[in-house]
Amino acid sequence: MPRRNDLRKIIIIGSGPIVIGQACEFDYSGTQACKVLKAEGYEVVLVNSNPATIMTDPELAHRTYIEPLTREYLRAVMAREQGPGVALLPTVGGQTALNLAIELADAGDLDEFGVELIGASVKAIKKAEDRLLFKDAMRGLGLETPRSRLITNLRDGLEFATEIGFPVISRPSFTLGGSGGGIAYNREEFTEILARGLDLSPVHECLVEESALGWKEFELELIRDSADNVIVVCSIENFDPMGVHTGDSITVAPVQTLTDKEYQRMRDAAIAVIREIGVDTGGSNIQFAVHPTTGRLVVIEMNPRVSRSSALASKATGFPIAKIAARLAVGYHLDEIANDITRKTPACFEPTLDYVVVKIPKWQFEKFPGAEPTLGPQMKSVGEVMAIGRTFKEALLKGVRSLETGRKRGDLDIDQRLLTQRLVTPHPNRLTYLRHALAQGMGIEELHELTSIDPWFLRQMQDIAGIEAGIAEKHGGVATLPADQLRQAKRAGLSDARLATLLGCSEESLRARRTAEGIVPVFKRVDTCAAEFESFTPYLYSTYEQEDEAAPSQRPKIAILGSGPNRIGQGIEFDYCCCHASFALQEQGYETIMVNCNPETVSTDYDTSDRLYFEPLTFEDVSRVLEHEKVDGVIVQFGGQTPLNLALPLQRAGIPVIGTSPESIDLAEDRKRFGALLQQLGIPQPENGTATTVEEAVAAAERIGYPVLVRPSYVLGGRAMAIVFDRSALERYMAEATEYSQDRPVLIDRFLEDATEVDVDALSDGTDVLIGGIMEHIEEAGIHSGDSSCVLPPYSIAAEHLATIREYTVQLCRALKVVGLMNVQFAIGPVLGSRGTSGEVARQVYVLEVNPRASRTVPFVSKAVGVPLAKIAALLMTGTLSAAAAADLQMRGIRPTPRLRDLFPSEVLANTVLPTGDRFCVKSPVFPWGKFPGVDPVLGPEMHSTGEVMGVAYTLGEAFAKAQLAAGQRLPLQGMAFISVPDRDKPKALEVARQLHRYGFSLLATRGTAGYLKKAGLPVTSVFKVKEGRPNVVDFIKGGEIQLIINTPMGMEPFFDEKAIRRAAVMHRIPTITTMAAAQAAVEAIGALRNSKPAVHVLQEMHQQLAAK
Amino acid sequence: MEAVLALEDGTLFPGLGFGAAITGVGEVVFNTSMTGYQEIFTDPSYAGQIVCFTSPQIGNYGTNSSDDEASRPYIEGLIVREFSSLASNWRNEETCQNYLERHKIAGIAELDTRALVRHLRQHGVMRGVIVRVAAMKNAGDREALVSMARQAPSMSGRDLAKVVTTPAAYAWDGGLHALDRAVVASEDSRHVVAFDFGIKQNILRHLTSRGARVTVVPATTTAKDVLALKPDGVFLSNGPGDPEPCSYAVTSIRDLAGRVPIFGICLGHQLMGLALGGKTYKLKFGHHGGNHPVKQMDSGRVEITAQNHNFAVDPDSLPADVERTHFDLNDDTLEGLRHRTLPMFSVQYHPEASPGPHDSHYLFDQFFQLIGEWKNK
Repeated sequence: MPRRNDLRKIIIIGSGPIVIGQACEFDYSGTQACKVLKAEGYEVVLVNSNPATIMTDPELAHRTYIEPLTREYLRAVMAREQGPGVALLPTVGGQTALNLAIELADAGDLDEFGVELIGASVKAIKKAEDRLLFKDAMRGLGLETPRSRLITNLRDGLEFATEIGFPVISRPSFTLGGSGGGIAYNREEFTEILARGLDLSPVHECLVEESALGWKEFELELIRDSADNVIVVCSIENFDPMGVHTGDSITVAPVQTLTDKEYQRMRDAAIAVIREIGVDTGGSNIQFAVHPTTGRLVVIEMNPRVSRSSALASKATGFPIAKIAARLAVGYHLDEIANDITRKTPACFEPTLDYVVVKIPKWQFEKFPGAEPTLGPQMKSVGEVMAIGRTFKEALLKGVRSLETGRKRGDLDIDQRLLTQRLVTPHPNRLTYLRHALAQGMGIEELHELTSIDPWFLRQMQDIAGIEAGIAEKHGGVATLPADQLRQAKRAGLSDARLATLLGCSEESLRARRTAEGIVPVFKRVDTCAAEFESFTPYLYSTYEQEDEAAPSQRPKIAILGSGPNRIGQGIEFDYCCCHASFALQEQGYETIMVNCNPETVSTDYDTSDRLYFEPLTFEDVSRVLEHEKVDGVIVQFGGQTPLNLALPLQRAGIPVIGTSPESIDLAEDRKRFGALLQQLGIPQPENGTATTVEEAVAAAERIGYPVLVRPSYVLGGRAMAIVFDRSALERYMAEATEYSQDRPVLIDRFLEDATEVDVDALSDGTDVLIGGIMEHIEEAGIHSGDSSCVLPPYSIAAEHLATIREYTVQLCRALKVVGLMNVQFAIGPVLGSRGTSGEVARQVYVLEVNPRASRTVPFVSKAVGVPLAKIAALLMTGTLSAAAAADLQMRGIRPTPRLRDLFPSEVLANTVLPTGDRFCVKSPVFPWGKFPGVDPVLGPEMHSTGEVMGVAYTLGEAFAKAQLAAGQRLPLQGMAFISVPDRDKPKALEVARQLHRYGFSLLATRGTAGYLKKAGLPVTSVFKVKEGRPNVVDFIKGGEIQLIINTPMGMEPFFDEKAIRRAAVMHRIPTITTMAAAQAAVEAIGALRNSKPAVHVLQEMHQQLAAK
Repeated sequence: MEAVLALEDGTLFPGLGFGAAITGVGEVVFNTSMTGYQEIFTDPSYAGQIVCFTSPQIGNYGTNSSDDEASRPYIEGLIVREFSSLASNWRNEETCQNYLERHKIAGIAELDTRALVRHLRQHGVMRGVIVRVAAMKNAGDREALVSMARQAPSMSGRDLAKVVTTPAAYAWDGGLHALDRAVVASEDSRHVVAFDFGIKQNILRHLTSRGARVTVVPATTTAKDVLALKPDGVFLSNGPGDPEPCSYAVTSIRDLAGRVPIFGICLGHQLMGLALGGKTYKLKFGHHGGNHPVKQMDSGRVEITAQNHNFAVDPDSLPADVERTHFDLNDDTLEGLRHRTLPMFSVQYHPEASPGPHDSHYLFDQFFQLIGEWKNK
């Protein structure tokens, strides 16, 4: 059946902010869905709260709503969009979209607005997601599942656990990424895990299940059309056995250790499952466990939608699941859709791989001190890398170096005493410990017993260890290493850096020897069909083989380096910028080449750039691609810190880096030189110093005066950044910091207390400057900018300060000769020593940091002002191609580089900011606290948020309320507010309390705060602090009596009390505000919510209004 | 351990030898299945061929006694990117290395198999030879190697069915594969006579699982001898080689047509095509894999099939009373036919799979349905 003509308009729900368990993969799937449905001629309406996505770009849908993904806002959207032939597609927006669709269906909203659900029926979704229904369905098919029971209270749970025996697994129903799940080995642990799970589940139920710990784990990605054709797109085998969430497992495609009989049995089961569950059109993911010695096959679970695994499967096979699924949802059959890559053959087939794909998760436990770094049924990784090689060994080692741990391989200190423990209990550094154990001669059998990892995988690692040992034995060094041995090592995936370490030589000399021997990689294609048919899509990976399939074209070309695995501080925003660069340069006539290793992203969609190289972002791998392609230029400033670190080495290797010069980038990062530049420009910055030793650090801090802000240079996301209040804390910090900083110094700044922080994104073409936006942070300085909510336009900054900010921005752009994007962080804070007798403090604008590159806020600003900053930046950067090249390019049909003054004459000449119209746009962060029990959820200079959302409204209060809601913080409209603040915050707290009282909130406060508020005449109940006695505030939280918490930190070290409060609040999902600025905004937001109905804004209309002005 | 693969067009691929240290000669084909190497080794349809697996790592799960498709392997040689000496699987009984050595099959690894596949795709299948370098008098003598490759018999015009078939008729008494589910047996047992042109055991398992009593007969068995066995249905098996020289089988099929329900697959399909007046031709590089989409022309449904054939029936050569029931969606080759009036049908692919997806098992049910209908007539 071809396209459904009865449908006219399709509403797509996105997945909202990036959180652990739901990342860029849904931007990838959503973007694909938008693109194909638009191309099919449907009116596409998109709802997503995440501005950093490609899918929320105005061109991708006809109408885009950047609104909270909640029932009330979806109702408002549907009310505006209702009419004949409206459908809702909920299967490309992850669990968020699916849950929301069910909520809308159950509440009768879909019927009310006449909206048809396509892609998956409510019945199918429920059957797949409801664990009991699912089990029943499996039983009906004659398929086994682990023994289990649905539990709604602790007593039943304990009884059942005793019956099936420990360890048992608890899985809360309807939560994301296994949130709140866990393995319990005893009653005590089980009680805790079950209680948390029951609480986190929206329906307050958990499936308590027999543990298949240590079994082999597999996944199949299937797709089905309405003619009941079913195909398996990809099979995946987990390196880590059952017990580790699949998102936290190293996974391998295709399956490596199953015979055909076993594989087909699994395939039959999977097909039976998708049919029984009734997923009529679209993708599904089905997980299986297989007993390692009996082969018993059990079905674990199914996702009736595209998922993280399907994004991986799409990238691993070249079969775009979401794109196909979207077309199936509107009526097409698989055999009516062509395979993009072969063009001639249909999408109705099963891809076959002639390579091996390995996915490795990336964890950031170092950012969450107190969190236990063990892996279990709840996902904790923040990102992942994928690597392609001709063998598992090659793919595994490419994957390992794609992770960018900042350490050289094998560098990690192995604690011999922990060896067994680390092997037995899954741990983020498991691979390192495995390698260590193998190098020590531990046998495969023993390792298998300890880890339950399949012996075949262990053997591959043992082979690698053998090759390494063989090379390390060559005492003659790099010159005498036999070429065959070198070739064997490269074919096994060992990096030049690793080989150099083993041989005790420099990476350069290793590379020189290797190239002299002609041992260079070739590039092969990912083509879905193992070369059976010709492929037309240059989706490439490197490998050490004979034949190359990537002959460069003759077209002018620019390469863009991506940002690698998602991590806190370097996420989807950078992928957005990279994609935009590619789009803009393609329009300009260039061939674009993307290099990246993150399988979740839009940038690694083979549709995004002319050529895609799926490669680690190391100098070795990247330079090989660029030399092979002989690029006219490479862009390093869009992918965050990862490619930026390659700028100078690439330039030294003779590769033309375009845009702001690597020297300027380096200058901005180099504290001393940058400080000198600011001094020369007369721009103030907080007093600062640098240090490479503890002594230097102490001396600098004494000179500057405590508190100081300390951090290593060259990091993103404020990794290892801290506010230090005294000498002992500083010494402690320095001891730890050397691990990250090595030969790069630690930066020490005066910490500006009570300052307002401002972010500015600007564009420059080397002559003129355009300021894209001035964002005022809601939290004061000291909170990492990525963790602050911020507002466009600024709402409380004096005009003179804004003028100064604009002026400084222009000066800095010119001084750094910026071509492309630049981000500046300013603070408006007290002038040192300016406090007069009257208490009046003079304030001024300080520059905190300059980053001559794309920043995290670029997509947010672009959406707020309706100007694609990253696209324009990419075009401006072509102005730095050599003059000869530029003239030549023009001859070859490339459009000339635009000038900013032609594009934005009025803003450039008057040095004004791009307008935001009469709306406020608020960006708010989203935190992963719920995933890390034991971690203090307090904001500070180190970034912890994983994603962001945007709220749009005519008032600041409403925009903030929407952003908070979109971030999962539902501000209460009534109830009890708890307030506990130190003396300095008490005056502001009084204002907040008064407002809350006016809104009808009852007030609860700790003694000091309560006394202050009472004195001002407010009715307040006082409550014990945790240590003071009981019932204390935590008891109130747990009792569900508190609806809002305002608790600002008391001093240098968060007290036990505050930590316990914040922890309890996170667990009970009570909005907790830790800064007074945010408290003020929250109160305003509550006021706005009390007075308004959900109002929604269409991005395209906003942009039209802005353009009209 | 150094070895080389030489092709008849003069292309050489150096690599490392594994398996038996002997020379392997045959027509080089590639197979795109990602699982099931043991079944492929033992598929008689691969007689005379050297198989290159596109899946890069082979040998991972070892071998076992229940996954054989015949009493011995038939491939002439094996080409893989990386060969696993370690076998890991709960059903493993013997490493792949030992298995190949025991059965005297030469293998070569560590060569650019993707380059080889692309070469075969562009230039068509060709003959080749796997030689251990140590066994060569003059290592690197391209001429000698290429002439060895050229000495291999070509598949075209070659009757291999006669070579691999059973010397005498026998009754099949093997049950189902341990991992397969039983299909409900029909109430009254049918007698199926299966022509062995190179039959795979999984076919026999499928026939018996549906309650049939099966007699396997040699390829050259006449229609008269078949009818003497009083069959309820006749099955024409898969097999290696060119169908055209198998005129004895074409005659038998022609004589059986309309007298007993006939179901043919693969070579059996090609022979049925010839018997019905059609023509066959050789494909450039054949279909060998487990992911080929085949469309059922009546229902419009698509099944993912296991295929292994170098020849095909020309759909335009078939007379009007033959319905073209299945087509390959990748290249539009004919994949199935059915006579409009006589009880006979056939498919080019492998409904028994092994290796491959099980989407086409229904064809066995159709066969038994046809037998039932014929009986009730």
